[in-house]
Amino acid sequence: MFSYCTDPATLEGFQWLSCYLTTGKHMSMYYAFGTVLLLLAITAPTALAFGFAGASAARSTVAPLRWIGKTYIAIVRGIPDIAFFLFFVIALDQAFEYIRHRIKCPDWTEPVRQGNDFVVCTAAKLPLGNAPQWVHETYGFMLAVLTFAIVFGAFAANVLFGAMRAVPKGQLETAEAYGMSRRQTFWRVLVPQMWVYALPGLSNLWMVLIKATPLLFLLGVEDIVYWARELGGAKQPQFTDYPHPDWRMWYFGALLIFYLCFTKVSEVVLDRIMAKLTHGQATTAGERQRKAAA
Amino acid sequence: MSCWETIADYALRSQGIGERLLPRSDFTLCQQFTLIGSGMIWNIYFGVVALCFGFFLATAVAMGKAAQNPLFRKPAEWFIFIFRGSPLFIQFFFAYFLFLSLKSVSPFFDPLTSAWAGALVVLFLNTAAYSGEIFYGALQSIPKGDIEAADAYGLSGWTRFRRVIWPTMLRLAWPAYTNEAIFLFHATTLVFFSGFPATQQRGDALYYANYFADKTFNPFVPYPILAGYFIILTLIVIGLFGLVNSRLNRHLPQDARRKIKVRPQIIR
Repeated sequence: MFSYCTDPATLEGFQWLSCYLTTGKHMSMYYAFGTVLLLLAITAPTALAFGFAGASAARSTVAPLRWIGKTYIAIVRGIPDIAFFLFFVIALDQAFEYIRHRIKCPDWTEPVRQGNDFVVCTAAKLPLGNAPQWVHETYGFMLAVLTFAIVFGAFAANVLFGAMRAVPKGQLETAEAYGMSRRQTFWRVLVPQMWVYALPGLSNLWMVLIKATPLLFLLGVEDIVYWARELGGAKQPQFTDYPHPDWRMWYFGALLIFYLCFTKVSEVVLDRIMAKLTHGQATTAGERQRKAAA
Repeated sequence: MSCWETIADYALRSQGIGERLLPRSDFTLCQQFTLIGSGMIWNIYFGVVALCFGFFLATAVAMGKAAQNPLFRKPAEWFIFIFRGSPLFIQFFFAYFLFLSLKSVSPFFDPLTSAWAGALVVLFLNTAAYSGEIFYGALQSIPKGDIEAADAYGLSGWTRFRRVIWPTMLRLAWPAYTNEAIFLFHATTLVFFSGFPATQQRGDALYYANYFADKTFNPFVPYPILAGYFIILTLIVIGLFGLVNSRLNRHLPQDARRKIKVRPQIIR
Protein backbone atom coordinates (compact mmCIF):
# COMPACT_ATOMS: atom_id res chain seq x y z
CA MET A 1 0.00 0.00 0.00
CA PHE A 2 2.59 2.56 1.11
CA SER A 3 5.90 3.14 -0.68
CA TYR A 4 7.99 2.00 2.30
CA CYS A 5 6.23 -1.37 2.45
CA THR A 6 8.42 -3.10 -0.12
CA ASP A 7 10.55 -4.93 2.46
CA PRO A 8 8.47 -5.58 5.60
CA ALA A 9 11.27 -7.43 7.39
CA THR A 10 13.15 -4.15 7.96
CA LEU A 11 10.17 -2.25 9.35
CA GLU A 12 9.50 -1.53 13.02
CA GLY A 13 6.58 -0.57 15.23
CA PHE A 14 4.00 1.74 13.76
CA GLN A 15 5.31 1.55 10.20
CA TRP A 16 5.16 -2.25 10.28
CA LEU A 17 1.62 -2.11 11.62
CA SER A 18 0.49 0.37 8.96
CA CYS A 19 1.85 -1.93 6.25
CA TYR A 20 0.46 -5.04 7.92
CA LEU A 21 -3.05 -3.61 8.22
CA THR A 22 -3.18 -2.61 4.54
CA THR A 23 -2.24 -5.93 2.92
CA GLY A 24 -4.54 -7.33 0.26
CA LYS A 25 -6.12 -9.81 2.66
CA HIS A 26 -6.86 -7.10 5.17
CA MET A 27 -8.51 -5.12 2.40
CA SER A 28 -10.76 -8.14 1.78
CA MET A 29 -11.64 -8.07 5.47
CA TYR A 30 -12.62 -4.39 5.25
CA TYR A 31 -14.80 -5.25 2.25
CA ALA A 32 -16.41 -7.91 4.44
CA PHE A 33 -17.56 -5.12 6.77
CA GLY A 34 -19.21 -3.68 3.66
CA THR A 35 -20.85 -7.08 3.09
CA VAL A 36 -22.37 -6.91 6.57
CA LEU A 37 -23.72 -3.42 5.94
CA LEU A 38 -25.03 -4.51 2.52
CA LEU A 39 -26.75 -7.49 4.13
CA LEU A 40 -28.43 -5.19 6.65
CA ALA A 41 -29.43 -2.72 3.92
CA ILE A 42 -31.08 -5.45 1.80
CA THR A 43 -32.47 -7.60 4.59
CA ALA A 44 -34.18 -4.89 6.64
CA PRO A 45 -36.66 -3.77 3.95
CA THR A 46 -37.17 -7.32 2.64
CA ALA A 47 -37.88 -8.66 6.12
CA LEU A 48 -40.26 -5.76 6.71
CA ALA A 49 -42.10 -6.65 3.50
CA PHE A 50 -42.30 -10.32 4.54
CA GLY A 51 -43.50 -9.23 7.96
CA PHE A 52 -46.13 -6.94 6.51
CA ALA A 53 -47.41 -9.70 4.26
CA GLY A 54 -47.46 -12.15 7.17
CA ALA A 55 -49.28 -9.77 9.50
CA SER A 56 -51.85 -8.85 6.84
CA ALA A 57 -52.40 -12.53 6.08
CA ALA A 58 -52.94 -13.24 9.78
CA ARG A 59 -55.69 -10.59 9.82
CA SER A 60 -57.34 -11.86 6.65
CA THR A 61 -60.97 -12.98 6.56
CA VAL A 62 -60.06 -15.89 4.28
CA ALA A 63 -59.42 -18.79 6.64
CA PRO A 64 -56.54 -20.62 4.84
CA LEU A 65 -54.69 -17.34 4.37
CA ARG A 66 -55.17 -16.53 8.05
CA TRP A 67 -53.83 -19.93 9.07
CA ILE A 68 -50.74 -19.45 6.93
CA GLY A 69 -50.11 -16.04 8.50
CA LYS A 70 -50.61 -17.30 12.05
CA THR A 71 -48.39 -20.32 11.49
CA TYR A 72 -45.67 -18.13 10.05
CA ILE A 73 -45.79 -15.94 13.15
CA ALA A 74 -46.00 -18.84 15.59
CA ILE A 75 -43.24 -20.95 14.10
CA VAL A 76 -40.38 -18.79 15.32
CA ARG A 77 -41.34 -18.87 18.98
CA GLY A 78 -40.35 -22.32 20.14
CA ILE A 79 -37.31 -23.12 18.03
CA PRO A 80 -33.75 -21.73 18.16
CA ASP A 81 -33.33 -19.36 15.24
CA ILE A 82 -29.89 -20.65 14.38
CA ALA A 83 -31.56 -23.96 13.53
CA PHE A 84 -33.66 -22.01 11.03
CA PHE A 85 -30.57 -20.50 9.51
CA LEU A 86 -28.91 -23.86 9.04
CA PHE A 87 -32.16 -25.39 7.78
CA PHE A 88 -33.27 -22.77 5.29
CA VAL A 89 -29.98 -22.46 3.45
CA ILE A 90 -29.99 -26.11 2.41
CA ALA A 91 -33.77 -26.32 2.08
CA LEU A 92 -34.00 -23.24 -0.19
CA ASP A 93 -31.07 -24.38 -2.29
CA GLN A 94 -32.65 -27.80 -2.82
CA ALA A 95 -36.08 -26.29 -3.46
CA PHE A 96 -34.72 -24.00 -6.20
CA GLU A 97 -32.76 -26.82 -7.81
CA TYR A 98 -35.76 -29.14 -7.64
CA ILE A 99 -38.05 -26.63 -9.35
CA ARG A 100 -35.49 -25.97 -12.10
CA HIS A 101 -34.97 -29.71 -12.41
CA ARG A 102 -38.69 -30.21 -12.98
CA ILE A 103 -38.84 -27.49 -15.64
CA LYS A 104 -35.58 -28.08 -17.50
CA CYS A 105 -35.34 -31.87 -17.49
CA PRO A 106 -38.87 -33.26 -17.78
CA ASP A 107 -37.69 -36.60 -19.18
CA TRP A 108 -35.43 -37.43 -16.22
CA THR A 109 -36.83 -40.58 -14.63
CA GLU A 110 -34.52 -41.37 -11.71
CA PRO A 111 -35.59 -40.17 -8.25
CA VAL A 112 -34.02 -36.96 -6.97
CA ARG A 113 -33.14 -38.42 -3.57
CA GLN A 114 -30.89 -41.43 -4.02
CA GLY A 115 -29.92 -42.65 -0.59
CA ASN A 116 -27.77 -39.92 0.88
CA ASP A 117 -27.50 -37.91 -2.33
CA PHE A 118 -29.56 -35.17 -3.81
CA VAL A 119 -29.22 -35.53 -7.57
CA VAL A 120 -30.56 -33.14 -10.20
CA CYS A 121 -29.61 -32.92 -13.87
CA THR A 122 -26.61 -30.72 -14.72
CA ALA A 123 -28.72 -28.07 -16.45
CA ALA A 124 -30.64 -27.51 -13.22
CA LYS A 125 -27.60 -27.01 -10.98
CA LEU A 126 -27.54 -23.66 -9.22
CA PRO A 127 -25.30 -21.93 -9.99
CA LEU A 128 -24.22 -23.79 -13.13
CA GLY A 129 -21.07 -25.83 -12.71
CA ASN A 130 -19.11 -23.70 -15.19
CA ALA A 131 -20.20 -20.35 -13.75
CA PRO A 132 -17.45 -17.95 -12.64
CA GLN A 133 -16.50 -17.62 -8.96
CA TRP A 134 -18.36 -14.37 -8.36
CA VAL A 135 -21.66 -15.98 -9.43
CA HIS A 136 -21.18 -18.66 -6.77
CA GLU A 137 -20.43 -16.03 -4.15
CA THR A 138 -23.39 -13.87 -5.12
CA TYR A 139 -25.70 -16.87 -5.13
CA GLY A 140 -24.52 -17.84 -1.64
CA PHE A 141 -25.04 -14.29 -0.46
CA MET A 142 -28.53 -14.09 -1.95
CA LEU A 143 -29.47 -17.36 -0.23
CA ALA A 144 -28.24 -15.88 3.05
CA VAL A 145 -30.26 -12.71 2.49
CA LEU A 146 -33.39 -14.72 1.72
CA THR A 147 -32.86 -16.85 4.84
CA PHE A 148 -32.44 -13.77 7.01
CA ALA A 149 -35.50 -12.19 5.41
CA ILE A 150 -37.69 -15.23 6.06
CA VAL A 151 -36.63 -15.61 9.70
CA PHE A 152 -36.71 -11.91 10.53
CA GLY A 153 -39.86 -11.47 8.50
CA ALA A 154 -41.56 -13.80 10.97
CA PHE A 155 -40.39 -11.66 13.89
CA ALA A 156 -41.46 -8.48 12.08
CA ALA A 157 -44.85 -10.05 11.33
CA ASN A 158 -45.30 -10.63 15.05
CA VAL A 159 -44.51 -6.98 15.84
CA LEU A 160 -46.71 -5.60 13.06
CA PHE A 161 -49.60 -7.91 13.97
CA GLY A 162 -49.48 -6.51 17.51
CA ALA A 163 -49.24 -2.95 16.21
CA MET A 164 -52.28 -3.44 13.96
CA ARG A 165 -54.28 -4.57 16.95
CA ALA A 166 -53.08 -1.60 19.00
CA VAL A 167 -54.68 0.96 16.69
CA PRO A 168 -57.77 2.24 18.58
CA LYS A 169 -60.96 0.48 17.52
CA GLY A 170 -62.78 3.79 17.30
CA GLN A 171 -60.62 4.83 14.37
CA LEU A 172 -61.62 1.78 12.36
CA GLU A 173 -65.28 2.10 13.32
CA THR A 174 -65.25 5.73 12.22
CA ALA A 175 -63.78 4.71 8.87
CA GLU A 176 -66.55 2.15 8.49
CA ALA A 177 -69.16 4.76 9.44
CA TYR A 178 -67.85 6.93 6.60
CA GLY A 179 -68.65 4.07 4.24
CA MET A 180 -65.11 2.88 3.55
CA SER A 181 -64.69 -0.71 2.41
CA ARG A 182 -62.47 -3.12 4.35
CA ARG A 183 -59.65 -2.59 1.90
CA GLN A 184 -59.90 1.20 2.17
CA THR A 185 -60.02 1.05 5.97
CA PHE A 186 -56.91 -1.10 5.98
CA TRP A 187 -54.83 1.05 3.65
CA ARG A 188 -56.05 4.53 4.58
CA VAL A 189 -56.63 4.28 8.32
CA LEU A 190 -54.97 1.23 9.87
CA VAL A 191 -51.62 1.18 8.05
CA PRO A 192 -50.71 4.87 8.48
CA GLN A 193 -51.49 4.74 12.19
CA MET A 194 -49.83 1.49 13.17
CA TRP A 195 -46.21 2.64 12.75
CA VAL A 196 -46.09 4.55 16.04
CA TYR A 197 -47.08 1.38 17.88
CA ALA A 198 -44.74 -0.77 15.83
CA LEU A 199 -41.62 1.35 16.22
CA PRO A 200 -40.43 0.15 19.66
CA GLY A 201 -40.71 -3.45 18.51
CA LEU A 202 -39.11 -2.75 15.16
CA SER A 203 -36.18 -0.89 16.68
CA ASN A 204 -35.63 -3.81 19.02
CA LEU A 205 -35.70 -6.05 15.96
CA TRP A 206 -33.12 -3.88 14.21
CA MET A 207 -30.76 -4.31 17.17
CA VAL A 208 -31.31 -8.05 17.04
CA LEU A 209 -30.70 -8.06 13.29
CA ILE A 210 -27.36 -6.29 13.79
CA LYS A 211 -26.38 -8.89 16.33
CA ALA A 212 -27.44 -11.71 14.01
CA THR A 213 -25.11 -10.67 11.18
CA PRO A 214 -22.13 -12.77 12.38
CA LEU A 215 -24.26 -15.85 11.69
CA LEU A 216 -23.48 -15.18 8.01
CA PHE A 217 -20.35 -17.14 8.80
CA LEU A 218 -22.42 -20.26 9.43
CA LEU A 219 -24.12 -19.81 6.08
CA GLY A 220 -20.81 -20.13 4.28
CA VAL A 221 -20.32 -16.48 3.32
CA GLU A 222 -16.78 -15.09 3.66
CA ASP A 223 -17.73 -12.49 6.25
CA ILE A 224 -15.84 -10.69 9.00
CA VAL A 225 -15.82 -13.71 11.30
CA TYR A 226 -14.24 -15.79 8.55
CA TRP A 227 -11.55 -13.18 7.92
CA ALA A 228 -10.86 -12.63 11.63
CA ARG A 229 -10.19 -16.35 12.04
CA GLU A 230 -8.16 -16.47 8.86
CA LEU A 231 -5.99 -13.42 9.47
CA GLY A 232 -5.62 -13.79 13.21
CA GLY A 233 -4.16 -17.29 13.20
CA ALA A 234 -0.42 -17.69 13.78
CA LYS A 235 1.65 -16.97 10.66
CA GLN A 236 5.02 -18.58 9.97
CA PRO A 237 7.87 -16.52 8.43
CA GLN A 238 8.27 -18.90 5.49
CA PHE A 239 4.71 -18.37 4.26
CA THR A 240 4.24 -14.65 4.73
CA ASP A 241 6.09 -11.35 4.88
CA TYR A 242 4.32 -10.47 8.11
CA PRO A 243 4.86 -13.31 10.60
CA HIS A 244 3.05 -13.04 13.93
CA PRO A 245 1.80 -15.30 16.73
CA ASP A 246 -1.86 -16.19 17.27
CA TRP A 247 -3.68 -12.85 17.24
CA ARG A 248 -7.24 -14.12 16.85
CA MET A 249 -8.12 -12.75 20.28
CA TRP A 250 -7.28 -9.21 19.15
CA TYR A 251 -9.18 -9.62 15.89
CA PHE A 252 -12.30 -10.78 17.69
CA GLY A 253 -11.81 -8.01 20.24
CA ALA A 254 -11.90 -5.56 17.33
CA LEU A 255 -15.11 -7.16 16.02
CA LEU A 256 -16.62 -6.89 19.50
CA ILE A 257 -15.83 -3.17 19.58
CA PHE A 258 -17.19 -2.71 16.05
CA TYR A 259 -20.51 -4.23 17.08
CA LEU A 260 -20.63 -2.25 20.33
CA CYS A 261 -20.14 1.02 18.42
CA PHE A 262 -22.71 -0.03 15.82
CA THR A 263 -25.40 -0.81 18.40
CA LYS A 264 -24.61 2.38 20.32
CA VAL A 265 -25.03 4.54 17.22
CA SER A 266 -28.27 2.75 16.28
CA GLU A 267 -29.57 3.26 19.80
CA VAL A 268 -28.96 7.00 19.67
CA VAL A 269 -30.53 7.37 16.21
CA LEU A 270 -33.58 5.25 17.09
CA ASP A 271 -34.10 7.24 20.31
CA ARG A 272 -34.15 10.43 18.22
CA ILE A 273 -36.72 8.98 15.80
CA MET A 274 -38.88 7.78 18.69
CA ALA A 275 -38.74 11.23 20.30
CA LYS A 276 -39.86 12.75 16.99
CA LEU A 277 -42.71 10.30 16.59
CA THR A 278 -44.01 10.57 20.15
CA HIS A 279 -44.07 14.35 19.92
CA GLY A 280 -47.64 15.43 20.52
CA GLN A 281 -48.95 11.87 20.94
CA ALA A 282 -51.42 11.05 23.68
CA THR A 283 -49.10 8.47 25.28
CA THR A 284 -47.10 8.45 28.52
CA ALA A 285 -43.90 9.33 26.70
CA GLY A 286 -45.59 12.14 24.80
CA GLU A 287 -47.04 13.50 28.02
CA ARG A 288 -43.60 13.44 29.67
CA GLN A 289 -42.18 15.37 26.69
CA ARG A 290 -44.88 17.99 27.05
CA LYS A 291 -44.21 18.43 30.77
CA ALA A 292 -40.46 18.65 30.26
CA ALA A 293 -40.93 21.40 27.69
CA ALA A 294 -43.37 23.36 29.83
CA MET B 1 -30.14 -53.43 14.88
CA SER B 2 -33.25 -52.71 16.83
CA CYS B 3 -34.15 -49.30 18.14
CA TRP B 4 -33.53 -50.35 21.75
CA GLU B 5 -29.95 -51.28 20.92
CA THR B 6 -29.47 -47.91 19.23
CA ILE B 7 -30.78 -46.15 22.31
CA ALA B 8 -28.48 -48.19 24.52
CA ASP B 9 -25.53 -47.32 22.29
CA TYR B 10 -26.13 -43.66 21.66
CA ALA B 11 -28.37 -42.23 24.39
CA LEU B 12 -25.36 -40.94 26.33
CA ARG B 13 -23.06 -40.50 23.33
CA SER B 14 -22.80 -36.74 23.89
CA GLN B 15 -21.15 -37.49 27.25
CA GLY B 16 -18.75 -39.97 25.71
CA ILE B 17 -20.55 -43.04 27.10
CA GLY B 18 -21.54 -45.87 24.78
CA GLU B 19 -20.62 -46.53 21.15
CA ARG B 20 -17.59 -44.49 20.08
CA LEU B 21 -18.20 -44.22 16.33
CA LEU B 22 -21.14 -42.21 15.08
CA PRO B 23 -23.30 -43.91 12.46
CA ARG B 24 -21.83 -43.30 9.02
CA SER B 25 -24.42 -44.56 6.56
CA ASP B 26 -27.96 -45.96 6.42
CA PHE B 27 -29.19 -43.49 9.02
CA THR B 28 -32.41 -44.59 10.68
CA LEU B 29 -34.94 -42.27 12.22
CA CYS B 30 -34.25 -43.93 15.55
CA GLN B 31 -30.56 -43.01 15.35
CA GLN B 32 -31.38 -39.42 14.56
CA PHE B 33 -33.88 -39.14 17.42
CA THR B 34 -31.50 -40.76 19.89
CA LEU B 35 -28.37 -38.80 19.02
CA ILE B 36 -30.08 -35.43 18.80
CA GLY B 37 -31.81 -36.17 22.09
CA SER B 38 -28.48 -37.15 23.56
CA GLY B 39 -27.11 -33.77 22.49
CA MET B 40 -29.92 -32.06 24.38
CA ILE B 41 -28.09 -33.02 27.60
CA TRP B 42 -25.54 -30.34 26.79
CA ASN B 43 -28.18 -27.72 26.03
CA ILE B 44 -29.96 -28.44 29.30
CA TYR B 45 -26.69 -28.45 31.26
CA PHE B 46 -25.57 -25.08 29.85
CA GLY B 47 -28.99 -23.50 30.27
CA VAL B 48 -29.72 -24.72 33.79
CA VAL B 49 -26.30 -24.01 35.29
CA ALA B 50 -25.96 -20.59 33.62
CA LEU B 51 -29.46 -19.63 34.80
CA CYS B 52 -28.85 -20.76 38.39
CA PHE B 53 -25.63 -18.81 38.83
CA GLY B 54 -26.65 -15.97 36.54
CA PHE B 55 -29.69 -15.26 38.67
CA PHE B 56 -27.57 -14.11 41.62
CA LEU B 57 -25.14 -12.03 39.56
CA ALA B 58 -28.13 -10.49 37.78
CA THR B 59 -29.61 -9.38 41.10
CA ALA B 60 -26.28 -7.85 42.07
CA VAL B 61 -25.91 -6.11 38.70
CA ALA B 62 -29.45 -4.73 38.88
CA MET B 63 -28.83 -3.36 42.39
CA GLY B 64 -25.55 -1.90 41.12
CA LYS B 65 -27.20 -0.17 38.19
CA ALA B 66 -29.91 1.23 40.46
CA ALA B 67 -27.35 2.49 43.01
CA GLN B 68 -26.71 6.20 43.59
CA ASN B 69 -22.97 5.71 43.98
CA PRO B 70 -21.24 5.90 40.56
CA LEU B 71 -18.61 3.48 41.88
CA PHE B 72 -21.24 0.73 41.70
CA ARG B 73 -23.40 2.17 38.94
CA LYS B 74 -20.78 2.70 36.23
CA PRO B 75 -19.32 -0.84 36.22
CA ALA B 76 -22.82 -2.34 36.22
CA GLU B 77 -23.88 -0.13 33.31
CA TRP B 78 -20.77 -1.05 31.32
CA PHE B 79 -21.18 -4.73 32.07
CA ILE B 80 -24.75 -4.68 30.78
CA PHE B 81 -23.84 -2.59 27.74
CA ILE B 82 -20.95 -4.83 26.67
CA PHE B 83 -22.87 -8.09 26.94
CA ARG B 84 -26.14 -6.81 25.51
CA GLY B 85 -24.58 -4.63 22.82
CA SER B 86 -22.53 -7.29 21.06
CA PRO B 87 -23.48 -10.60 19.44
CA LEU B 88 -23.18 -13.68 21.64
CA PHE B 89 -21.53 -15.43 18.72
CA ILE B 90 -18.64 -12.94 18.74
CA GLN B 91 -18.46 -13.11 22.55
CA PHE B 92 -17.97 -16.88 22.30
CA PHE B 93 -15.18 -16.53 19.75
CA PHE B 94 -13.46 -13.75 21.68
CA ALA B 95 -13.70 -15.62 24.99
CA TYR B 96 -12.39 -18.84 23.44
CA PHE B 97 -9.29 -17.18 22.02
CA LEU B 98 -8.84 -15.16 25.21
CA PHE B 99 -8.87 -18.39 27.23
CA LEU B 100 -6.45 -19.95 24.74
CA SER B 101 -3.91 -17.19 25.38
CA LEU B 102 -4.53 -17.31 29.13
CA LYS B 103 -3.75 -21.02 29.00
CA SER B 104 -0.09 -20.25 28.34
CA VAL B 105 -0.01 -18.00 31.42
CA SER B 106 -1.12 -20.57 33.96
CA PRO B 107 -2.45 -24.15 33.91
CA PHE B 108 -5.24 -22.86 36.15
CA PHE B 109 -7.05 -21.70 32.98
CA ASP B 110 -6.82 -25.08 31.22
CA PRO B 111 -10.47 -26.16 31.70
CA LEU B 112 -11.73 -22.84 30.29
CA THR B 113 -10.67 -23.79 26.76
CA SER B 114 -13.13 -26.69 26.75
CA ALA B 115 -16.80 -26.05 26.22
CA TRP B 116 -18.16 -27.32 29.52
CA ALA B 117 -16.40 -24.56 31.48
CA GLY B 118 -15.47 -21.86 28.97
CA ALA B 119 -18.78 -21.60 27.16
CA LEU B 120 -20.55 -21.83 30.50
CA VAL B 121 -18.67 -18.77 31.77
CA VAL B 122 -19.71 -16.78 28.69
CA LEU B 123 -23.35 -17.88 28.94
CA PHE B 124 -23.36 -17.13 32.67
CA LEU B 125 -22.08 -13.56 32.18
CA ASN B 126 -24.38 -13.07 29.19
CA THR B 127 -27.55 -14.15 30.94
CA ALA B 128 -26.53 -12.14 34.01
CA ALA B 129 -26.36 -9.01 31.85
CA TYR B 130 -29.69 -9.63 30.11
CA SER B 131 -31.53 -10.56 33.32
CA GLY B 132 -29.78 -7.74 35.16
CA GLU B 133 -31.37 -5.28 32.75
CA ILE B 134 -34.78 -6.96 33.28
CA PHE B 135 -34.40 -6.84 37.07
CA TYR B 136 -33.26 -3.21 36.89
CA GLY B 137 -36.40 -2.34 34.96
CA ALA B 138 -38.48 -4.13 37.60
CA LEU B 139 -36.65 -2.31 40.42
CA GLN B 140 -37.55 0.98 38.77
CA SER B 141 -41.24 0.07 38.66
CA ILE B 142 -41.68 -1.07 42.28
CA PRO B 143 -44.67 0.93 43.57
CA LYS B 144 -43.59 3.84 45.76
CA GLY B 145 -46.22 2.88 48.33
CA ASP B 146 -44.63 -0.53 48.96
CA ILE B 147 -41.33 1.01 50.01
CA GLU B 148 -43.04 3.71 52.07
CA ALA B 149 -45.02 1.01 53.85
CA ALA B 150 -41.79 -0.87 54.60
CA ASP B 151 -40.30 2.32 56.00
CA ALA B 152 -43.39 2.86 58.12
CA TYR B 153 -42.97 -0.63 59.61
CA GLY B 154 -39.45 0.30 60.60
CA LEU B 155 -37.81 -2.04 58.11
CA SER B 156 -34.50 -0.90 56.72
CA GLY B 157 -31.37 -2.11 54.99
CA TRP B 158 -31.08 -5.87 54.44
CA THR B 159 -34.46 -6.73 56.00
CA ARG B 160 -36.26 -4.24 53.78
CA PHE B 161 -34.48 -5.60 50.72
CA ARG B 162 -35.18 -9.24 51.55
CA ARG B 163 -38.79 -8.83 52.67
CA VAL B 164 -40.11 -6.11 50.36
CA ILE B 165 -37.89 -4.97 47.51
CA TRP B 166 -36.54 -8.31 46.30
CA PRO B 167 -39.84 -10.25 46.22
CA THR B 168 -41.62 -7.37 44.52
CA MET B 169 -38.83 -7.03 42.00
CA LEU B 170 -39.00 -10.76 41.20
CA ARG B 171 -42.78 -10.66 40.89
CA LEU B 172 -42.66 -7.76 38.44
CA ALA B 173 -39.75 -9.16 36.45
CA TRP B 174 -40.86 -12.80 36.30
CA PRO B 175 -42.76 -12.84 32.97
CA ALA B 176 -39.84 -11.14 31.21
CA TYR B 177 -37.38 -13.38 33.03
CA THR B 178 -39.22 -16.48 31.81
CA ASN B 179 -38.77 -15.22 28.29
CA GLU B 180 -35.08 -14.66 28.94
CA ALA B 181 -34.73 -18.23 30.22
CA ILE B 182 -36.35 -19.65 27.07
CA PHE B 183 -34.04 -17.75 24.78
CA LEU B 184 -31.02 -18.61 26.87
CA PHE B 185 -31.77 -22.26 26.15
CA HIS B 186 -32.01 -21.43 22.46
CA ALA B 187 -28.69 -19.57 22.65
CA THR B 188 -26.92 -22.64 24.00
CA THR B 189 -27.08 -24.11 20.50
CA LEU B 190 -24.40 -21.64 19.39
CA VAL B 191 -21.69 -23.10 21.63
CA PHE B 192 -20.25 -25.74 19.34
CA PHE B 193 -20.38 -23.48 16.28
CA SER B 194 -18.17 -20.79 17.75
CA GLY B 195 -14.68 -21.99 18.35
CA PHE B 196 -15.25 -24.28 21.29
CA PRO B 197 -14.28 -27.74 20.03
CA ALA B 198 -16.55 -30.76 20.38
CA THR B 199 -13.94 -33.29 21.54
CA GLN B 200 -14.54 -36.79 20.19
CA GLN B 201 -17.72 -35.52 18.57
CA ARG B 202 -19.44 -34.94 21.88
CA GLY B 203 -21.69 -32.11 20.81
CA ASP B 204 -25.03 -30.58 21.57
CA ALA B 205 -28.33 -31.22 19.80
CA LEU B 206 -27.68 -28.80 16.94
CA TYR B 207 -24.22 -30.26 16.44
CA TYR B 208 -25.72 -33.70 15.80
CA ALA B 209 -28.60 -32.32 13.73
CA ASN B 210 -26.05 -30.53 11.58
CA TYR B 211 -24.00 -33.71 11.36
CA PHE B 212 -26.98 -35.64 9.99
CA ALA B 213 -27.97 -32.84 7.62
CA ASP B 214 -24.43 -32.74 6.23
CA LYS B 215 -24.18 -36.51 5.85
CA THR B 216 -27.61 -37.16 4.34
CA PHE B 217 -27.85 -33.82 2.53
CA ASN B 218 -31.44 -33.80 3.70
CA PRO B 219 -32.34 -31.06 6.19
CA PHE B 220 -35.99 -32.05 6.34
CA VAL B 221 -35.53 -34.79 8.95
CA PRO B 222 -32.93 -33.76 11.58
CA TYR B 223 -33.95 -30.11 11.96
CA PRO B 224 -37.64 -30.81 12.58
CA ILE B 225 -36.55 -33.40 15.19
CA LEU B 226 -34.40 -30.74 16.84
CA ALA B 227 -37.31 -28.32 16.65
CA GLY B 228 -39.57 -30.87 18.36
CA TYR B 229 -37.11 -31.31 21.22
CA PHE B 230 -36.80 -27.57 21.70
CA ILE B 231 -40.55 -27.03 21.68
CA ILE B 232 -40.84 -29.63 24.46
CA LEU B 233 -38.02 -27.93 26.37
CA THR B 234 -39.70 -24.55 25.96
CA LEU B 235 -42.98 -25.93 27.27
CA ILE B 236 -41.21 -27.43 30.31
CA VAL B 237 -39.48 -24.11 31.04
CA ILE B 238 -42.79 -22.25 30.76
CA GLY B 239 -44.42 -24.80 33.08
CA LEU B 240 -41.71 -24.59 35.75
CA PHE B 241 -41.47 -20.81 35.65
CA GLY B 242 -45.26 -20.67 35.74
CA LEU B 243 -45.21 -22.56 39.06
CA VAL B 244 -42.77 -20.03 40.51
CA ASN B 245 -44.86 -17.23 39.08
CA SER B 246 -48.01 -18.43 40.80
CA ARG B 247 -46.10 -18.72 44.08
CA LEU B 248 -44.75 -15.17 43.73
CA ASN B 249 -48.28 -13.93 43.04
CA ARG B 250 -50.10 -16.03 45.65
CA HIS B 251 -51.08 -13.04 47.85
CA LEU B 252 -52.74 -11.19 44.99
CA PRO B 253 -56.37 -11.46 43.83
CA GLN B 254 -56.80 -13.56 40.67
CA ASP B 255 -57.29 -10.69 38.26
CA ALA B 256 -54.26 -8.69 39.44
CA ARG B 257 -51.80 -11.52 38.71
CA ARG B 258 -49.34 -11.09 35.93
CA LYS B 259 -49.57 -13.79 33.30
CA ILE B 260 -46.55 -15.23 31.59
CA LYS B 261 -46.56 -14.46 27.90
CA VAL B 262 -43.95 -15.71 25.51
CA ARG B 263 -42.62 -12.96 23.32
CA PRO B 264 -39.93 -13.63 20.75
CA GLN B 265 -36.74 -11.87 21.75
CA ILE B 266 -34.44 -13.98 19.65
CA ILE B 267 -30.74 -14.04 19.05
CA ARG B 268 -28.45 -12.15 21.31
